[in-house]
Amino acid sequence: MNLTLKVWRQKNKYDKGGFVIYPMEGVSHEMSFPEMFDVLNERLIAKGEEPIAFDHDCREGICGMCSMFINGRAHGPQKGTTTCQLHMRHFKDGDTIVVEPWRAKGFPVIKDLVIDRSAFDRIMSAGGFISANTGSAQDANNIPIPKKNADEAFDAASCIGCGACVASCKNSSAMLFVAAKVSQLALLPQGQVERRDRAINMVKQMDGEGFGNCTNTGSCEADCPKQISILHIARLNREYLMANILE
Amino acid sequence: MIKLNSKTPDGPLETKWTVYRSTVPLVSPSNKRNLEIIVIGSGLAGASASASLAELGYKVKCFCFQDSARRAHSIAAQGGINAAKNYRNDGDSIYRLFYDTIKGGDYRAREGNVYRLAEVSANIIDQCVAQGVPFAREYGGLLDTRSFGGTQVERTFYARGQTGQQLLLGAYSAMMRQVGTGQLIMFTRHEILDIVLIDGNVRGIIARDLVTGQLERHFGHAVILASGGYGNVFYLSTNAMGCNVTAIWKAHRKGAFFGNPCYTQIHPTCIPVSGDHQSKLTLMSEGLRNDGRIWVPKIKDETRKPNEIREDERDYYLERRYPAFGNLVPRDIASRAAKERCDAGCGVGTSKRAVFLDFRDSIKRLGRNVVEAKYGNLFEMYEKITGENPYQVPMRIYPAAHYTMGGLWVDYELSTTIPGLYCIGEANFSDHGANRLGASALMQGLADGYFVIPYTIGNYLSKEIRTKPISTDHEEFSKAEKNVRENISRLMSVKGKHSVDHFHKKLGKIMWDKCGMGRNEKGLAEAISEIKNLRDEFWKDVRIPGEAGDFNPELEKAGRVADFLELGELICRDALQRKESCGGHFREEFQTGEGEAKRDDQNFAYVAAWEFKNGNGWEMHKEELKFEVAHPTQRSYK
Ligand SMILES: Cc1cc2nc3c(=O)[nH]c(=O)nc-3n(C[C@H](O)[C@H](O)[C@H](O)COP(=O)(O)OP(=O)(O)OC[C@H]3O[C@@H](n4cnc5c(N)ncnc54)[C@H](O)[C@@H]3O)c2cc1C
Ligand code: SF4
Ligand code: FES
Repeated sequence: MNLTLKVWRQKNKYDKGGFVIYPMEGVSHEMSFPEMFDVLNERLIAKGEEPIAFDHDCREGICGMCSMFINGRAHGPQKGTTTCQLHMRHFKDGDTIVVEPWRAKGFPVIKDLVIDRSAFDRIMSAGGFISANTGSAQDANNIPIPKKNADEAFDAASCIGCGACVASCKNSSAMLFVAAKVSQLALLPQGQVERRDRAINMVKQMDGEGFGNCTNTGSCEADCPKQISILHIARLNREYLMANILE
Repeated sequence: MIKLNSKTPDGPLETKWTVYRSTVPLVSPSNKRNLEIIVIGSGLAGASASASLAELGYKVKCFCFQDSARRAHSIAAQGGINAAKNYRNDGDSIYRLFYDTIKGGDYRAREGNVYRLAEVSANIIDQCVAQGVPFAREYGGLLDTRSFGGTQVERTFYARGQTGQQLLLGAYSAMMRQVGTGQLIMFTRHEILDIVLIDGNVRGIIARDLVTGQLERHFGHAVILASGGYGNVFYLSTNAMGCNVTAIWKAHRKGAFFGNPCYTQIHPTCIPVSGDHQSKLTLMSEGLRNDGRIWVPKIKDETRKPNEIREDERDYYLERRYPAFGNLVPRDIASRAAKERCDAGCGVGTSKRAVFLDFRDSIKRLGRNVVEAKYGNLFEMYEKITGENPYQVPMRIYPAAHYTMGGLWVDYELSTTIPGLYCIGEANFSDHGANRLGASALMQGLADGYFVIPYTIGNYLSKEIRTKPISTDHEEFSKAEKNVRENISRLMSVKGKHSVDHFHKKLGKIMWDKCGMGRNEKGLAEAISEIKNLRDEFWKDVRIPGEAGDFNPELEKAGRVADFLELGELICRDALQRKESCGGHFREEFQTGEGEAKRDDQNFAYVAAWEFKNGNGWEMHKEELKFEVAHPTQRSYK
């Protein structure tokens, strides 16, 4: 099929950037979205132009590196799917597809579609862990955990740290990302000791990074490729409130 | 010839590690503070090592090329992690895990290392649970396990189909905690382009900041390479796009020996190639073989739809050839059997390079709900990629390059042949011999990082406490940086006609056709000369757009492919000299009448350790393998 791509090009973080239109012929239904970009880039290189920079690595929907804002949706139109797992059979011949980077104050653009997500790492280092030095652990089966809690913790833990939640939110809030981690660890007995500090410190860092507030519009959940539920945000709010009261 | 010393401690297998640990020299806390360690890679091996060493009080710097440590390719591991916990009471033990690993590796691994791996495996599970890793649990709240990859005990711990992700996030969170304390500095979007040697010891690295394109110098009293496997030498593989050999290759060029490069693993169950645009291949977890049955049509060039092919017209070739293990035979055997059927013209799908993995019978037997609960996420992934619903039509699968057992040669302490330079995780050659068992790579990465390197590196560092940090203005740093800079300019100035991928695809095709699932003398000799020609062509005709001093993914790829073009030749040379079949290395000249691999323990029970001879090819050294406990027998899964 033949498509028209309208792609954001930006030389570096100081450049203003703008859209460039690329006619894209001979796209196969079986290609993934980044594979279509590979083909486009090959053509650009052949013509002596600079290829479009975009982030990707595993191409299996798990590393969280790919990050394209496609036709107004983070990771595009397919529910529960990362950019790399989106296949071209979901588009029609003649479609125009608009592709932009994640846009948020907390995620400055590095080049074209590549952004800087290091804020997420800093939020993690503020409290997204259980302090358990190597070698200090007791036997794993000494801590039985009800299956229901373990499963719920797992749902939260499946966050891939891609930042789509931020990109899709009109406030650029990182609440879903932070909630997923706080919730995972709050649900587990091992996470209890640092529970209060974790909520306070992670939220503080999140605010410091310039992410906005949550106004419960739910667009994060809709675009999250791992379908992390906004119920975790409710849990984060509770954790945060309790932590402040008990402080 | 240099005599390679594995430094395996004396004494009975069961006590080697305990005795080593209790007698190895220590570094006092006040000295640890002054010692700096560089870790390359933040996968399971690198992340666990960085966190553990920082916790001990060393000053650690860790590097990865992705935008966050959490994205290393360990994240993609699906199936699980082995540990000899014997929670099932089904007869598992350290000895059994050790024995299965040695046998699975076709008697080409070192006993001492493998025993230690089995020994520390149980601690890994404890450590990960303490970090909050949400492993699968039973209703009573205790940990669940399953059997994996042709073992007779259920020793595989898992977290749905995302075990690697959960383990890595555990290690990553431990790292981030140390970043918070300032004990660990993380450098993301950095690529290591050389190591720096001073008076024979490693003293640092040259890295390129991938965002700015600037070169950086970093000093370390010791350097640990944890940069993963080199499966991408095949271009199409289950590895991530960025996986590469560059870090260990640069070390190899500076004197670190490369062990068993030809031991590469082809995974039997991957989604087949769909066209020229294909950029990678996706693994469908091996666990699927517990309930799926593999078959092809009995006749050649079958055109009917799978569901129209009657039972008696189907060839369940694994069940036919290996009645005892059936669909659960080890990876190397399953892969070769699929190739054999496709070569015979019985392959399916448009390319005819695929076989069916069919769940019809399990759905009938267990019900769709049970199958969905077990494999739902994999079925969904399959459907996303292929557009076909595996509940209704059988999956199409084909083998793909997946894992590399070979890597830098290391001794018992995980030290390379360069003093101060260590290598852990998939990047080293150590524990899997000629074939890795399922769920054992995660175990090895974490064993190396959490429980082995923190002890063994102390032996070296205890002698370094008087070494003051060396200024990166030292002439060896300048020299190394100059070389890297010149190499980059050389690449940029070719200004040829073809993109990097063009060469990478060609290399992949040579490797896959001539040094993949089946290898023979003629093909390997051809491959070597084709790779040399391709390398010359690359340096004359590659086109890299953009600037060196800028964010430039094409330049990154070019550097990696340049190294793959050298590695490819070495892999073929190694495959050529190993005139036997073992594990993933199948030399067509050496097989039994029934087409099974034929090992030659008389002549080939050694590790091939290759020394790079600048400009003059390689010299092979041998480390003889001695089996004192697990005596080699022919592997049989019939
Ligand atoms: C799809 C898939 C599924 C798998 N499933 C399983 C399973 O179920 N069970 C199992 O046991 N094993 C499995 N494996 C194998 C296992 O995942 C890997 O062997 C293991 O995770 C490798 O870990 P590592 O830490 O050695 O390397 P990696 O996780 O690959 O990490 C490499 C690190 O090195 C960095 N790096 C590399 N080169 C450079 C450079 N030049 N400069 C700077 N940094 C660099 C990277 O950024 C990264 O941080 C699977 C593998 C794949 C591909
Ligand atoms: S919560 Fe969802 S959208 Fe946000 S970072 Fe995690 S996986 Fe991505
Ligand atoms: S590239 Fe890894 S999630 Fe898309």
